[in-house]
Amino acid sequence: MQKITRDLLVEKAVSLLENGTVDMVLGWKKGEFDYDITPAVFADADSLKDFVFDDFCGANFSKYLISNTKKTASKVLVFLKPCDTYSFNQLLTEHRFDREKVYAVGIPCDGMVDIHKIRAISGEGIAKIECGEKITVSTIYDETVNIEKADVLAERCVTCKSKKHVAYDELLGEDGEVLESARFDEVEKLESMTADERFEFWQGELSRCIRCNACRDVCPACTCEKCVFDNPASPVENKAAANSFEEKMFHIIRAFHVAGRCTDCGECSRVCPQHIPLHLLNRKFIKDIDNFYGEYQAGEEVGSRAPLVNYTTEDLEPGEAVEGR
Amino acid sequence: MAEIRDPLMPVIGVITDVRIDTPDIKTFRVVTPDGKKAFDHRPGQCAMLSIPGVGEAMFSITSSPTNTEYMEFSIKKCGCVTEWLHQAEVGQQLTIRGPYGKPFPVDDVFAGNNLLFIAGGVGLAPLRSVINYCRHYRDRYGKIDIVYGSRSKDDLLDYQEIINEWATDAGVNVHLTIDREQEGWDGHVGFVPNYVKELGFTTDKIAVLCGPPIMIKFTLNGLYELGFDKTQIYTTLELRMKCGIGKCGRCNVGSKYVCKDGPVFRFDELDELPDEY
Amino acid sequence: MYRISTQSLNTLFEEISRVCTLYIPSENKKGDSVYTRYEAGVEYSNKLNTVRSPKDFFFPHMENLMEFKTEGKTVQLIDIREETEDFVVFGVRPCDVKSFEVLDNVFLNEPVDTYYKNRREHGVIISLACNRPAETCFCGTFGIDAAKPEGDVSAWMTEGYLHLKPNTEKGEKLVSAISGILEECDDTAVTALQENINNIMKKLPLANVTTEKFGGGKTEEFFNAPEWAALSESCLGCGTCTFVCPTCQCYDIKDFNTGKGVIRYRCWDSCMYSEFTKMAHGNNRLSQKERFRQRFMHKLVYYPENNNGLFSCVGCGRCLAKCPISMNIVKVMKTLGGKDNG
Repeated sequence: MQKITRDLLVEKAVSLLENGTVDMVLGWKKGEFDYDITPAVFADADSLKDFVFDDFCGANFSKYLISNTKKTASKVLVFLKPCDTYSFNQLLTEHRFDREKVYAVGIPCDGMVDIHKIRAISGEGIAKIECGEKITVSTIYDETVNIEKADVLAERCVTCKSKKHVAYDELLGEDGEVLESARFDEVEKLESMTADERFEFWQGELSRCIRCNACRDVCPACTCEKCVFDNPASPVENKAAANSFEEKMFHIIRAFHVAGRCTDCGECSRVCPQHIPLHLLNRKFIKDIDNFYGEYQAGEEVGSRAPLVNYTTEDLEPGEAVEGR
Repeated sequence: MAEIRDPLMPVIGVITDVRIDTPDIKTFRVVTPDGKKAFDHRPGQCAMLSIPGVGEAMFSITSSPTNTEYMEFSIKKCGCVTEWLHQAEVGQQLTIRGPYGKPFPVDDVFAGNNLLFIAGGVGLAPLRSVINYCRHYRDRYGKIDIVYGSRSKDDLLDYQEIINEWATDAGVNVHLTIDREQEGWDGHVGFVPNYVKELGFTTDKIAVLCGPPIMIKFTLNGLYELGFDKTQIYTTLELRMKCGIGKCGRCNVGSKYVCKDGPVFRFDELDELPDEY
Repeated sequence: MYRISTQSLNTLFEEISRVCTLYIPSENKKGDSVYTRYEAGVEYSNKLNTVRSPKDFFFPHMENLMEFKTEGKTVQLIDIREETEDFVVFGVRPCDVKSFEVLDNVFLNEPVDTYYKNRREHGVIISLACNRPAETCFCGTFGIDAAKPEGDVSAWMTEGYLHLKPNTEKGEKLVSAISGILEECDDTAVTALQENINNIMKKLPLANVTTEKFGGGKTEEFFNAPEWAALSESCLGCGTCTFVCPTCQCYDIKDFNTGKGVIRYRCWDSCMYSEFTKMAHGNNRLSQKERFRQRFMHKLVYYPENNNGLFSCVGCGRCLAKCPISMNIVKVMKTLGGKDNG
């Protein structure tokens, strides 16, 4: 299998820029350290010197296409990992960007790693990280730590749902398969709790929320021009919870709002500064929708009608749905 | 704790009079429940009014400090607090805190000078305080010119006071204009910036501007054409404010806080601020 | 100087919590260090940074300011302020201690914020030197000495001992109240530790980032810099950097109708938010570029201009660790401060 390297992607980007297919490239830009990449727009071959691709390039670029397709005069090149392609399709289903203005290159992915998990093992003071199946971390304290990549995979990659690209103009390397994922195991654990236990679990998790809105702002399903929680004219606009009830409302309302549209990309939990497992709320909805209406994966197909917005005479009655759980 | 008043803590005010000025501007008279003025202020300063449960907003105090009985606020309907106020009746209580901001330099820079006030629409509200202050201490100032314009005759704020009091004062010249011809109006028709140029003011005066941004921009150009210098022109800014005391960060522009270092600025001072006000 | 064996840390915490409420950094179940009210069973965490900075103690995420009762046309104001009880915060890092000075300049300058002042007067800070700074640390850039923490009591963790040195009247009072469990000592061990920390500081990857190019009076130089566009390009407009920042202090004031009355509360706000400067009839910062620029111009130019050159950043590195897109003040300072910066 062709190994996807940084140089291969840069070569692809340069050729597409030079032959005029695209006039900008969405990519990962090198940071201060080996792990702090920033999504960036590269406008020419020269600027691509700062382009990186490694196991820290988790950021999903699909949402950035909304703003960048408005800027490009021709097309914007975007590199999409399999999970990103589901968000890509979902955004197209919702008519959020112009497909004609995108050149999508699919890239295989064998999982991204989580710097927080690495740091928990290596300790503070990371000087260098060499990626691979075995990750070598050296610190400024002259220590070297070898870590199995599998032990520090990002949470969402541990339960990866698909190695298959559902959208691209061109694919680098070989495509994978939709996986038998254990992603609903944790949801089942929550379901098996008593109502009180579950309440306590979410109370504990959501009380850490500082309402920074990172989960919402990174979410490819949250693309409202003006979020109801930001709109001063809306009665629910708020920046902090006035009480512990309100604390939960933001996340629960958001989960309802993206139900049926959330592709389970996991960006919400990745960016949460408080490590709240927000994806579990969305996954519960996905699992329920699967149970009640038959399996449905948002973003698998452009234009697919999500069960929640697609009435059929066979649909469960509300009462049945509750019992059916 | 209780003996030190927090600057964010208001006092109770009560509306004792509501005057309908224009289709979307009303002037509210406010005193404390025992009938006194809530606090003293200087011309150009502002106060925070709030309706608990609705919100708090900053308004310029339109009455003159020389009025020792009450304060007045001319308020245009354009947001939730103002909409609520517009349906309020006499006797309604609200909260008030202030005064906030740097006033017009009426006792030093303005003293002994000819003054030219230029306002558009509700922009007259903050200028009314300083105009009436200067009229009260008439002998401290030279000639006073007032150019005031709005969309139509019905949109002119304080019309009765302007006609009956300002226009009849010795040494005060009032120049009114409306944007378009209107039945029953035999005064000047045209936009404020053009009218200022037509009037051709000499530069031996201090100008004070307040109005919508577009009016400010073109009037400034007009004044420059007439030979005015930036150091002779003052204005008063409006930005989103929450605390009123230079802490919450909302009205921060450059190193200045409009609520504390403004709202009154001289145009050469504004030049030192980044262009985002 | 005093010391107590690190084996007896819990004894120290017990003793302090007998005097007043004590907060110590402790790991939550996610492995993040957070300030936690000390009681039996709460374990001290030696992790470098807490997720939320200790600014919470003085300027909390949300606080009620006052209450109103309304009936018909009348409004009644209820002052709900109460004198805070004394409390001790243990293990505040040197950068975070410095952040209190940045906040004091805002809240304690006339007109004084009595809510903040009340807590500040009742809080006793036991700082702690950083034995193992992170790669994201750059407090040295702002002249902060990680080996010499300030605060009411300075503390150092040397081999086997926690050393304490009171600096203020409040600190003296606390130390004398717990003197029964402390032993007096000289500063040999601390001096050795300090030397070690100083050597580490020089090796930190961000050790050479300087503030040289920044400060008051630089508005014109930086405001229209073309670099802001690329720096802010991928900014999500979330408030993570602002909320984990120990020096960010913008706030909003809002009313909450409880059904029985109205609570006026204050909560953190962020200049990164699109509605921050929105008025009924306009917004003076329409794009994320303008909002992003405001945050960094404030920290690097506007704040120092108003506060004798003090920068509104203490180099704690929280924004470096937490920004969802890894954009941060170091990248801004390196990009705008020229090639030589860092």
